[in-house]
Amino acid sequence: MCQECGCGLGGGGVKIGGHSHGHEHGHDHHHSHGHDHHEHEHAQSKQTVNLNRSLMEKNDRLAERNRGFFRAKKLLVLNVVSSPGSGKTTFIRETAAQLAGRLRLGVIVGDLATDNDAARLKIAGIPVVQITTGTVCHLDAEMVSKAAAQLDLDKLDVLVIENVGNLVCPADYDLGEDLRVVLLSVTEGEDKPLKYPPMFHSADVAVVTKCDMASAAGFNRELALANLKRVSHHARIFELSAKTGDGMKAWLDFLVKQRAAV
Amino acid sequence: MHEVSVMAEAVRLAVDAAKSSGASRVLALRLRVGTLSGVVPDAMRFAFDVVCRDTMAAGASLEIESVPAACWCATCRAEFECTDFFNECPRCHNVSGELRRGRELEIASVEMN
Repeated sequence: MCQECGCGLGGGGVKIGGHSHGHEHGHDHHHSHGHDHHEHEHAQSKQTVNLNRSLMEKNDRLAERNRGFFRAKKLLVLNVVSSPGSGKTTFIRETAAQLAGRLRLGVIVGDLATDNDAARLKIAGIPVVQITTGTVCHLDAEMVSKAAAQLDLDKLDVLVIENVGNLVCPADYDLGEDLRVVLLSVTEGEDKPLKYPPMFHSADVAVVTKCDMASAAGFNRELALANLKRVSHHARIFELSAKTGDGMKAWLDFLVKQRAAV
Repeated sequence: MHEVSVMAEAVRLAVDAAKSSGASRVLALRLRVGTLSGVVPDAMRFAFDVVCRDTMAAGASLEIESVPAACWCATCRAEFECTDFFNECPRCHNVSGELRRGRELEIASVEMN
Protein backbone atom coordinates (compact mmCIF):
# COMPACT_ATOMS: atom_id res chain seq x y z
CA MET A 1 0.00 0.00 0.00
CA CYS A 2 1.36 3.28 -1.08
CA GLN A 3 0.32 5.29 1.92
CA GLU A 4 3.12 3.35 3.55
CA CYS A 5 5.70 3.56 0.84
CA GLY A 6 4.88 7.25 0.42
CA CYS A 7 5.10 7.21 -3.36
CA GLY A 8 4.50 10.55 -4.97
CA LEU A 9 5.54 12.40 -1.87
CA GLY A 10 9.28 11.99 -1.78
CA GLY A 11 10.37 14.72 -4.18
CA GLY A 12 13.87 14.16 -5.55
CA GLY A 13 13.91 10.45 -4.75
CA VAL A 14 13.90 9.31 -8.36
CA LYS A 15 17.25 8.76 -10.06
CA ILE A 16 17.55 8.01 -13.74
CA GLY A 17 20.84 6.65 -15.02
CA GLY A 18 22.59 7.96 -11.94
CA HIS A 19 21.19 11.50 -12.12
CA SER A 20 18.66 12.84 -9.67
CA HIS A 21 15.37 14.09 -11.02
CA GLY A 22 12.97 15.84 -8.73
CA HIS A 23 9.29 15.07 -9.12
CA GLU A 24 7.51 18.16 -10.27
CA HIS A 25 5.46 19.36 -7.40
CA GLY A 26 4.73 22.84 -8.64
CA HIS A 27 4.90 25.12 -5.65
CA ASP A 28 3.53 28.42 -6.81
CA HIS A 29 4.78 31.45 -4.99
CA HIS A 30 2.14 34.02 -4.39
CA HIS A 31 2.55 37.72 -4.29
CA SER A 32 -0.10 39.30 -2.22
CA HIS A 33 -2.00 42.15 -3.72
CA GLY A 34 -4.21 44.56 -1.86
CA HIS A 35 -7.91 43.79 -1.95
CA ASP A 36 -10.42 46.53 -1.66
CA HIS A 37 -13.48 45.89 0.43
CA HIS A 38 -15.72 44.91 -2.47
CA GLU A 39 -13.29 42.34 -3.89
CA HIS A 40 -12.75 40.86 -0.47
CA GLU A 41 -16.45 40.23 0.02
CA HIS A 42 -16.71 38.75 -3.44
CA ALA A 43 -13.91 36.29 -2.68
CA GLN A 44 -15.70 35.15 0.45
CA SER A 45 -18.74 33.84 -1.41
CA LYS A 46 -18.81 30.09 -1.73
CA GLN A 47 -18.80 28.63 -5.22
CA THR A 48 -18.65 25.15 -6.73
CA VAL A 49 -16.65 24.47 -9.88
CA ASN A 50 -17.31 21.29 -11.85
CA LEU A 51 -14.07 19.75 -13.09
CA ASN A 52 -14.95 16.19 -14.17
CA ARG A 53 -11.32 15.33 -14.88
CA SER A 54 -9.47 12.08 -14.56
CA LEU A 55 -6.85 11.90 -11.84
CA MET A 56 -4.72 9.76 -14.14
CA GLU A 57 -4.95 12.33 -16.93
CA LYS A 58 -1.44 13.71 -16.50
CA ASN A 59 0.18 10.27 -16.65
CA ASP A 60 -2.12 9.08 -19.42
CA ARG A 61 -1.29 12.11 -21.56
CA LEU A 62 2.45 11.61 -21.09
CA ALA A 63 2.01 7.91 -21.85
CA GLU A 64 0.27 8.73 -25.12
CA ARG A 65 3.09 11.12 -25.97
CA ASN A 66 5.60 8.32 -25.28
CA ARG A 67 3.57 5.92 -27.41
CA GLY A 68 3.55 8.30 -30.38
CA PHE A 69 7.26 8.98 -30.01
CA PHE A 70 8.12 5.28 -29.78
CA ARG A 71 5.88 4.53 -32.76
CA ALA A 72 7.69 7.15 -34.83
CA LYS A 73 10.95 5.42 -33.90
CA LYS A 74 9.46 2.09 -35.04
CA LEU A 75 10.03 0.57 -31.62
CA LEU A 76 8.09 -2.30 -30.13
CA VAL A 77 7.72 -1.39 -26.44
CA LEU A 78 7.09 -3.93 -23.69
CA ASN A 79 6.16 -3.15 -20.08
CA VAL A 80 7.29 -6.19 -18.10
CA VAL A 81 5.64 -6.56 -14.70
CA SER A 82 5.66 -9.22 -12.00
CA SER A 83 6.22 -9.72 -8.31
CA PRO A 84 9.84 -9.44 -7.12
CA GLY A 85 11.84 -12.55 -7.97
CA SER A 86 9.74 -13.89 -10.84
CA GLY A 87 12.74 -13.80 -13.12
CA LYS A 88 12.19 -10.58 -15.09
CA THR A 89 15.87 -9.73 -15.53
CA THR A 90 16.95 -13.22 -16.60
CA PHE A 91 13.98 -13.44 -18.95
CA ILE A 92 14.87 -10.09 -20.56
CA ARG A 93 18.59 -10.93 -20.77
CA GLU A 94 17.91 -14.25 -22.51
CA THR A 95 15.33 -12.65 -24.82
CA ALA A 96 17.93 -10.08 -25.90
CA ALA A 97 20.68 -12.69 -26.32
CA GLN A 98 18.55 -15.05 -28.38
CA LEU A 99 17.20 -12.28 -30.60
CA ALA A 100 20.74 -11.12 -31.44
CA GLY A 101 21.06 -10.78 -35.20
CA ARG A 102 17.29 -10.46 -35.60
CA LEU A 103 16.21 -7.63 -33.28
CA ARG A 104 18.15 -5.16 -31.15
CA LEU A 105 16.87 -4.75 -27.59
CA GLY A 106 17.33 -1.88 -25.15
CA VAL A 107 16.14 -1.92 -21.56
CA ILE A 108 14.87 0.59 -19.01
CA VAL A 109 14.91 -1.03 -15.59
CA GLY A 110 13.15 0.22 -12.48
CA ASP A 111 13.93 -0.67 -8.87
CA LEU A 112 13.62 1.12 -5.55
CA ALA A 113 17.38 0.97 -5.05
CA THR A 114 20.67 -0.38 -6.51
CA ASP A 115 21.69 -0.71 -10.13
CA ASN A 116 22.28 -4.46 -9.83
CA ASP A 117 19.76 -5.35 -12.53
CA ALA A 118 21.23 -2.80 -14.94
CA ALA A 119 24.72 -4.16 -14.22
CA ARG A 120 23.56 -7.72 -14.97
CA LEU A 121 22.14 -6.61 -18.32
CA LYS A 122 25.10 -4.40 -19.17
CA ILE A 123 27.52 -7.31 -18.73
CA ALA A 124 25.51 -9.12 -21.39
CA GLY A 125 26.10 -6.17 -23.73
CA ILE A 126 22.54 -4.84 -23.63
CA PRO A 127 22.01 -1.04 -23.70
CA VAL A 128 20.35 -0.25 -20.37
CA VAL A 129 19.24 2.69 -18.22
CA GLN A 130 18.47 2.14 -14.55
CA ILE A 131 15.75 4.14 -12.79
CA THR A 132 15.95 3.99 -9.02
CA THR A 133 12.63 5.23 -7.70
CA GLY A 134 13.63 5.71 -4.05
CA THR A 135 10.32 4.99 -2.35
CA VAL A 136 8.01 5.06 -5.36
CA CYS A 137 6.44 1.66 -5.97
CA HIS A 138 5.85 1.94 -9.73
CA LEU A 139 7.28 3.55 -12.86
CA ASP A 140 5.28 6.35 -14.47
CA ALA A 141 5.26 7.76 -17.99
CA GLU A 142 7.43 10.73 -17.09
CA MET A 143 10.24 8.57 -15.67
CA VAL A 144 10.17 6.42 -18.80
CA SER A 145 10.31 9.45 -21.07
CA LYS A 146 13.39 10.80 -19.26
CA ALA A 147 15.10 7.40 -19.18
CA ALA A 148 14.39 6.72 -22.87
CA ALA A 149 16.21 9.95 -23.75
CA GLN A 150 19.40 8.32 -22.43
CA LEU A 151 19.23 5.42 -24.90
CA ASP A 152 20.16 5.61 -28.58
CA LEU A 153 16.67 4.60 -29.72
CA ASP A 154 17.56 4.76 -33.41
CA LYS A 155 19.80 1.74 -32.87
CA LEU A 156 17.01 -0.32 -31.23
CA ASP A 157 14.03 -2.35 -32.46
CA VAL A 158 12.54 -3.33 -29.12
CA LEU A 159 12.45 -1.31 -25.91
CA VAL A 160 11.80 -3.39 -22.81
CA ILE A 161 10.72 -1.59 -19.65
CA GLU A 162 11.37 -3.77 -16.62
CA ASN A 163 8.93 -2.33 -14.07
CA VAL A 164 9.39 -2.30 -10.30
CA GLY A 165 8.68 -5.77 -8.89
CA ASN A 166 5.14 -5.21 -7.62
CA LEU A 167 1.85 -6.72 -8.76
CA VAL A 168 -0.31 -3.88 -7.41
CA CYS A 169 0.60 -0.27 -8.20
CA PRO A 170 2.13 -0.55 -11.71
CA ALA A 171 -1.24 -1.84 -12.99
CA ASP A 172 -2.71 1.65 -13.18
CA TYR A 173 0.22 3.40 -14.85
CA ASP A 174 0.29 3.36 -18.63
CA LEU A 175 3.88 3.95 -19.74
CA GLY A 176 3.19 4.19 -23.46
CA GLU A 177 3.91 0.52 -24.11
CA ASP A 178 2.52 -1.60 -26.95
CA LEU A 179 2.26 -4.73 -24.84
CA ARG A 180 2.01 -5.32 -21.11
CA VAL A 181 3.75 -8.58 -20.26
CA VAL A 182 3.07 -10.13 -16.86
CA LEU A 183 5.32 -12.89 -15.49
CA LEU A 184 4.22 -15.69 -13.20
CA SER A 185 6.93 -18.05 -11.98
CA VAL A 186 6.14 -21.64 -11.08
CA THR A 187 7.40 -21.09 -7.54
CA GLU A 188 4.80 -18.43 -6.75
CA GLY A 189 1.66 -20.49 -6.43
CA GLU A 190 -1.07 -21.16 -8.95
CA ASP A 191 -3.51 -18.65 -7.44
CA LYS A 192 -1.41 -15.51 -8.02
CA PRO A 193 -3.69 -14.35 -10.87
CA LEU A 194 -6.72 -14.65 -8.57
CA LYS A 195 -4.97 -12.72 -5.81
CA TYR A 196 -3.88 -9.83 -8.05
CA PRO A 197 -6.60 -9.64 -10.69
CA PRO A 198 -6.16 -5.99 -11.82
CA MET A 199 -2.58 -6.60 -12.97
CA PHE A 200 -3.26 -9.93 -14.64
CA HIS A 201 -6.45 -8.54 -16.18
CA SER A 202 -4.57 -5.62 -17.72
CA ALA A 203 -1.88 -7.81 -19.32
CA ASP A 204 -1.72 -8.50 -23.06
CA VAL A 205 0.74 -11.36 -22.58
CA ALA A 206 1.22 -13.71 -19.63
CA VAL A 207 4.47 -15.67 -19.34
CA VAL A 208 4.87 -18.63 -16.99
CA THR A 209 8.58 -18.59 -16.06
CA LYS A 210 11.04 -21.01 -14.44
CA CYS A 211 9.20 -23.99 -15.95
CA ASP A 212 12.35 -26.10 -15.44
CA MET A 213 11.57 -25.97 -11.71
CA ALA A 214 7.90 -26.91 -12.07
CA SER A 215 8.07 -30.42 -10.67
CA ALA A 216 10.41 -29.44 -7.81
CA ALA A 217 7.98 -26.67 -6.87
CA GLY A 218 4.98 -29.00 -7.08
CA PHE A 219 3.48 -26.66 -9.69
CA ASN A 220 -0.05 -27.57 -10.79
CA ARG A 221 0.08 -26.45 -14.41
CA GLU A 222 -3.58 -27.03 -15.30
CA LEU A 223 -4.79 -25.09 -12.26
CA ALA A 224 -2.41 -22.19 -12.93
CA LEU A 225 -3.44 -21.94 -16.59
CA ALA A 226 -7.13 -22.14 -15.65
CA ASN A 227 -6.64 -19.30 -13.14
CA LEU A 228 -4.72 -17.26 -15.69
CA LYS A 229 -7.40 -17.72 -18.34
CA ARG A 230 -10.10 -16.80 -15.86
CA VAL A 231 -8.56 -13.40 -15.13
CA SER A 232 -6.56 -12.69 -18.30
CA HIS A 233 -9.20 -13.89 -20.76
CA HIS A 234 -7.62 -12.12 -23.71
CA ALA A 235 -3.91 -12.60 -22.93
CA ARG A 236 -1.49 -14.67 -25.02
CA ILE A 237 0.10 -17.24 -22.73
CA PHE A 238 3.67 -18.56 -23.02
CA GLU A 239 5.34 -21.19 -20.83
CA LEU A 240 9.11 -21.21 -20.77
CA SER A 241 12.37 -21.42 -18.92
CA ALA A 242 14.83 -18.64 -19.73
CA LYS A 243 17.54 -20.70 -18.05
CA THR A 244 17.22 -23.86 -20.16
CA GLY A 245 15.74 -22.14 -23.21
CA ASP A 246 12.68 -24.42 -23.29
CA GLY A 247 9.68 -22.61 -24.76
CA MET A 248 11.68 -19.50 -25.67
CA LYS A 249 11.28 -20.01 -29.41
CA ALA A 250 7.52 -19.42 -29.44
CA TRP A 251 7.98 -16.24 -27.40
CA LEU A 252 10.77 -14.93 -29.66
CA ASP A 253 8.81 -15.69 -32.84
CA PHE A 254 5.87 -13.82 -31.34
CA LEU A 255 8.09 -10.79 -30.64
CA VAL A 256 9.50 -10.79 -34.17
CA LYS A 257 5.97 -10.84 -35.57
CA GLN A 258 4.82 -8.07 -33.22
CA ARG A 259 7.82 -5.91 -34.15
CA ALA A 260 7.10 -6.38 -37.86
CA ALA A 261 3.56 -5.08 -37.27
CA VAL A 262 4.71 -1.82 -35.61
CA MET B 1 -1.92 1.13 -3.93
CA HIS B 2 -0.64 4.49 -5.01
CA GLU B 3 -3.29 6.50 -3.18
CA VAL B 4 -0.87 9.23 -2.17
CA SER B 5 0.13 10.00 -5.79
CA VAL B 6 -3.50 9.96 -6.91
CA MET B 7 -4.68 12.16 -4.05
CA ALA B 8 -1.83 14.61 -4.64
CA GLU B 9 -3.03 14.98 -8.23
CA ALA B 10 -6.62 15.62 -7.01
CA VAL B 11 -5.44 18.35 -4.65
CA ARG B 12 -3.24 19.85 -7.38
CA LEU B 13 -6.23 20.08 -9.76
CA ALA B 14 -8.46 21.51 -7.00
CA VAL B 15 -5.92 24.17 -6.03
CA ASP B 16 -5.38 25.10 -9.70
CA ALA B 17 -9.13 25.47 -10.18
CA ALA B 18 -9.42 27.64 -7.06
CA LYS B 19 -6.55 29.87 -8.16
CA SER B 20 -7.95 30.39 -11.63
CA SER B 21 -11.34 31.25 -10.11
CA GLY B 22 -9.72 33.82 -7.84
CA ALA B 23 -10.70 31.92 -4.69
CA SER B 24 -8.46 31.87 -1.65
CA ARG B 25 -9.44 28.57 -0.10
CA VAL B 26 -10.57 25.11 -1.19
CA LEU B 27 -13.45 24.02 1.04
CA ALA B 28 -14.36 20.62 -0.38
CA LEU B 29 -13.40 18.10 -3.06
CA ARG B 30 -15.80 15.66 -4.59
CA LEU B 31 -14.28 12.57 -6.24
CA ARG B 32 -15.81 9.74 -8.25
CA VAL B 33 -14.11 6.42 -7.62
CA GLY B 34 -15.08 3.22 -9.41
CA THR B 35 -15.13 0.00 -7.40
CA LEU B 36 -12.57 -1.50 -9.82
CA SER B 37 -10.37 1.61 -10.03
CA GLY B 38 -7.67 -0.02 -7.93
CA VAL B 39 -7.69 2.52 -5.11
CA VAL B 40 -9.08 2.07 -1.62
CA PRO B 41 -11.34 4.95 -0.45
CA ASP B 42 -10.10 4.69 3.15
CA ALA B 43 -6.51 4.97 1.97
CA MET B 44 -7.55 7.97 -0.17
CA ARG B 45 -8.96 9.70 2.93
CA PHE B 46 -5.82 8.91 4.86
CA ALA B 47 -3.64 10.32 2.07
CA PHE B 48 -5.87 13.41 1.70
CA ASP B 49 -4.96 14.85 5.11
CA VAL B 50 -1.28 14.46 4.34
CA VAL B 51 -1.24 15.95 0.85
CA CYS B 52 -3.51 18.91 1.82
CA ARG B 53 -1.03 20.18 4.37
CA ASP B 54 0.42 23.61 3.54
CA THR B 55 -1.84 24.04 0.51
CA MET B 56 -4.98 26.11 -0.13
CA ALA B 57 -6.91 22.90 0.48
CA ALA B 58 -5.74 22.49 4.10
CA GLY B 59 -8.76 21.66 6.23
CA ALA B 60 -10.99 20.94 3.24
CA SER B 61 -13.51 18.13 3.36
CA LEU B 62 -13.45 15.13 1.03
CA GLU B 63 -16.47 13.43 -0.44
CA ILE B 64 -15.99 10.19 -2.36
CA GLU B 65 -18.80 8.93 -4.55
CA SER B 66 -18.42 5.23 -5.23
CA VAL B 67 -19.32 4.06 -8.74
CA PRO B 68 -20.35 0.38 -8.87
CA ALA B 69 -18.71 -1.52 -11.72
CA ALA B 70 -21.00 -2.69 -14.50
CA CYS B 71 -20.38 -4.97 -17.48
CA TRP B 72 -22.43 -5.40 -20.63
CA CYS B 73 -23.47 -8.95 -21.51
CA ALA B 74 -23.90 -9.22 -25.27
CA THR B 75 -25.78 -12.51 -24.96
CA CYS B 76 -28.39 -11.26 -22.49
CA ARG B 77 -28.29 -7.75 -23.97
CA ALA B 78 -28.23 -6.32 -20.46
CA GLU B 79 -25.81 -4.87 -17.93
CA PHE B 80 -24.78 -6.67 -14.78
CA GLU B 81 -22.89 -5.46 -11.74
CA CYS B 82 -19.44 -6.99 -11.33
CA THR B 83 -17.49 -7.06 -8.12
CA ASP B 84 -14.27 -8.57 -9.49
CA PHE B 85 -12.28 -8.82 -12.69
CA PHE B 86 -13.78 -12.12 -13.73
CA ASN B 87 -16.66 -10.35 -15.51
CA GLU B 88 -18.91 -13.40 -15.51
CA CYS B 89 -22.57 -12.73 -16.28
CA PRO B 90 -24.72 -14.04 -13.41
CA ARG B 91 -27.50 -15.01 -15.87
CA CYS B 92 -25.76 -16.86 -18.69
CA HIS B 93 -22.24 -17.23 -17.15
CA ASN B 94 -20.57 -15.95 -20.30
CA VAL B 95 -17.55 -13.73 -19.73
CA SER B 96 -18.04 -10.13 -20.75
CA GLY B 97 -15.25 -8.17 -22.40
CA GLU B 98 -16.98 -4.83 -21.97
CA LEU B 99 -16.60 -3.03 -18.67
CA ARG B 100 -18.86 0.02 -18.91
CA ARG B 101 -18.31 1.57 -15.49
CA GLY B 102 -16.15 1.02 -12.45
CA ARG B 103 -12.66 2.23 -13.46
CA GLU B 104 -13.43 5.91 -12.68
CA LEU B 105 -10.81 7.89 -10.84
CA GLU B 106 -12.02 11.44 -11.27
CA ILE B 107 -12.37 14.75 -9.57
CA ALA B 108 -16.00 15.79 -10.07
CA SER B 109 -16.14 19.20 -8.46
CA VAL B 110 -14.45 21.60 -6.07
CA GLU B 111 -16.07 23.94 -3.58
CA MET B 112 -14.15 27.11 -2.80
CA ASN B 113 -14.40 30.64 -1.48
